[in-house]
Formats: sequence, C-alpha cells, structure tokens
Amino acid sequence: MTGLDVSNVSYAYGARQALDDVSFTVERGAFCALLGPNGAGKSTLYALLTRLFSTTSGQIEIAGQDLSKAPLAALARIGVVFQQSTLDLDLTVGQNLRYFAALQGLAGRSSNTAIDAVLDRLDIADRRSAKVRDLNGGHRRRTEIARALLHAPEVLLLDEPTVGLDAASRKALTDHIHHLCIESGLTVLWATHLTDEVAPDDRLVILHQGRILRDGIAQEIAGKDLTETFLDLTGAVE
Amino acid sequence: MKLDSQNIEKKSPLSEEDTVVIARPSRLRAALIALVAIVARECLRFLQQRGRFVAALVRPLVWLLVFAAGFRAALGLSIIPPYQTYITYETYIVPGLCGMILLFNGMQSSLSLVYDREMGSMRLLLTCPLPRWWLLSCKLLASTAISILQVYVFLAFAALIGVHPPWQGYFLIFPALVVAGLMLGALGLALSSFIKQLENFAGVMNFVIFPMFFLSSALYPLWRMAESSPLLRDICAANPFTYAVELIRFAFYQQWNGTALGLTLLFTAIFMGLAIWGYDPGRALIRRKG
Repeated sequence: MTGLDVSNVSYAYGARQALDDVSFTVERGAFCALLGPNGAGKSTLYALLTRLFSTTSGQIEIAGQDLSKAPLAALARIGVVFQQSTLDLDLTVGQNLRYFAALQGLAGRSSNTAIDAVLDRLDIADRRSAKVRDLNGGHRRRTEIARALLHAPEVLLLDEPTVGLDAASRKALTDHIHHLCIESGLTVLWATHLTDEVAPDDRLVILHQGRILRDGIAQEIAGKDLTETFLDLTGAVE
Repeated sequence: MKLDSQNIEKKSPLSEEDTVVIARPSRLRAALIALVAIVARECLRFLQQRGRFVAALVRPLVWLLVFAAGFRAALGLSIIPPYQTYITYETYIVPGLCGMILLFNGMQSSLSLVYDREMGSMRLLLTCPLPRWWLLSCKLLASTAISILQVYVFLAFAALIGVHPPWQGYFLIFPALVVAGLMLGALGLALSSFIKQLENFAGVMNFVIFPMFFLSSALYPLWRMAESSPLLRDICAANPFTYAVELIRFAFYQQWNGTALGLTLLFTAIFMGLAIWGYDPGRALIRRKG
C-alpha cells in the first residue's frame, strides 16, 4: 500500500489552470519533497490533499483511503502543517495541543499521553507551559508539527513549513523531519521552493505551472547541482 | 455522520522506543469531544478579549440609557401584544437590544471566522476528520452560547437601573434566545463563507447589521413604522430580525408567538443551509493562489 497516491489530478480557478494532470505516488515511510517556485500549484495541491477543495478530476488516496469516497477515514490518517500559523498566541503550548487533540477526538488520558509523546519527540517538552507568543519562530513551527502528529497520522503533509525561519532553524527542522521519517515509517510530503531542503536520497517531485516536470530520486534529477537544474527547468535563469 | 462505535487501538507510526498507543473514540464521542472543545475555546477567547466583552455590554446600555431616555418623551406607545398595559419606551426596546447583542455577536463571530481563515486555524478545523456540517454547527453553538451569556449580563444591568420584565420572563426567554441566536449566528456563518477578505467586513456593518437593526421592530413597533411609510413597514415585516426580536419580546411576557418562532426557525435553516453550501469543498471558497 502506498502512503500517498495522486493520479491525474487537475484543478482550475475559472479559466486559470492551477494543476494539470498531476500524478505521483509516495511509498509508505518515504520523504518526498515537492519542489516548485511560487505559483507552481503546491498550495492548490495541498488544499486538494486536505479536502479544503474537492477534486473535480482525478483521484487521491491517502494510506489506501480514497479521499472522495471515504473523506473522513482519509483525513484521519493525515497530519497537516500549513504555511500559516494555526496556534492561538495567547494560549500555552499545552492548551493549544489539548484543543487540537480534542478536534481529533482525543480527550482525558489519551490526550495527555499523546501530548507528552509529541512534545518529547519534538524536544519541546520544557515549553509545555509557555505561551505561544513567547516562543521563537523555530519552536512555534515545532509546536505546529507536534500538533500535526498528535493523532499519530500515517501521512504528514507540510506546506512550506520553514517560511520565516532563519537558516539554522530551517536546517534543524528539515533534519528533524527526515529523522522522524527514517525512524518511524511516517510518509512525508514536504512542499518547498528551496532546493537546500532536499536531501540527495529524497524522493523529489518538481512542480511548475501546475505540471510535474521531474519525478524521481533527488540526486539523479539534480545532476551536478539541484539549484541549477531547478532554475533551468523552471526557466528562472535570466 | 455514522454513529457506529469503533474502538481502534492504533500504534503510532512515529514511535519505536517510546510506543504510544492512542485509543480512538467512537465517531459520536469524537464529535462531542470536538463540540465541547470548540465551545470552550470560543468562551475562553471571549473572556480574554475584555474589550470585546465591555463593548458588547456598553453598546446596548448606551441605547437603553441615552437613546431611550430621549425617545421616551417623543414616542407614545399604545397597548399592543404582548403588553397588557402602557409601558415605558425603555421597556419596549429591551427585547430589541437583546436582539442587537445577538446580531452584533453573530456578525463578530463571522468576522473571527474570516480572520481564522486567513490565519490558518479555520483550515485546520475543516481538515478534522469530522463532517463539515458538524464542525460548522459546533462553531454556531459556540457563538450562540457567548451571545446568550452577554444578553443575561446586559439584562442584569438593565434590571439594576429599574428596567425589568416579569421575573418568569428571564427563564422563558432562554429558548427564544437560543433560537434567535442560532438564526443570527447562522447568518454570520453564511456571510463569512462569502466574504473573501477581512477588509470586506466593513461592508457587512453597513449593509447587514445597520439595516437589519433599524428596519425591524427593535426600536419602534411596526404600526408606528406604517404611520410614516407603509413601504418601510413592509420591509420591516420581511426582515428576519423582526421575528427574532418579537420571539424574545413575547417570551418575556409568557406569550406564544408561533409565527415568530416558525419564521425564525425557517430562516435559521435557510442561513445554515447557505453556510454549509458556502463552505462546501467543491465550492472552494477558502481558496488562495497556489
């Protein structure tokens, strides 16, 4: 069973085609980077994967569940980290996580156990009582990831999760998710426009103007240099 | 929503050494847990925003103390149902001001939904593994609970300055406030699904809140309106807010108003239907550029 299976998905905003016959699969436990410049269609794809929009053509399967036919079962298997913050700045990390756990149907002991576990995993257990407003950018993103992992999803979708972070925090976060993926069998789809967030062994899908330009292992696609290849492919080189 | 019980013991795929076993509740239990969490969070947010609490209270009190005092001399009121005797203008507008609180709060909640949508927390809510209609209903119940809390605080202040209906009325208006609050909250929810940006909210103020409030029976009885303009009276009679106010007014005086109840429930269903349609993933109203 694949972790994520996107087949022949197209989507248009009126006359503007945002995604054009997009197909790719991510094996269970794989880290897949979805690389594309701004406006490539990444966020539209994420909106479809999380059912904020529904697919008008094509099919999406999440951990074996068809998103159109069994949306709730499919949604229960994903954790999502959006570009925008979803945390209430005036509540503590623990209060925020308790609310998100409840949205996933977890309360009482199950909720506390899940919160303790994710905070430990993300190395922010000591921040549990801190107000989110007092956290730095890196810790806020970690809290977002902890929030996305609370219900033990099988697939983790991250939409440009490093936006607004400095280089050190970006690297720490990218490494952390790679590590989680290797040690636990979590399927990860990581959308980014930054080539340095892609490791040589990662699955790589390059999306541009709503179409997939490359799909394979990063180092095979990259040739000598991924940044150069990416800029060549997307026509960003002057 | 399926209410079948399914207890799945699921091992986190994330853990090797520190195995975490999460017992997933039945769908019904999960739905109730989410409801409690959403209502509690809205209440917490409301209590944290003291300015909003004070504004919600000051607005109707200013109307009651200042506006009503000025109008008392100018406006004569005849004996109309549900009143059985002559009443002061302050007494007349109290149900309208309760409606005003529900109306403003319903719109305020829709404002916070637009804000949530821009911030990401609405996206998160809508990606929960619960039916969308249920999630929207949870939001609606949360905003109605806050509205009713505000109404009772306002009524306590009104009683302090000597404006109070029969004591039984305080209990009987509760179901009326629930129905009226749900209708106005559902209207806010429906509007929030059609407002693309936060900036557009000023338009809601001008084109929804003010006309709804002024073109209703909140401030003047409909027969008074008819004296100045039959057309205005007809507009007021077509305004759903009029029926919400009359429902509250009649409940205060322990009288049944089937028309007001029926129409308020009907408008609640229409507005909620619009909201569910507006938030349908196929309509992609939460869109942004990809």
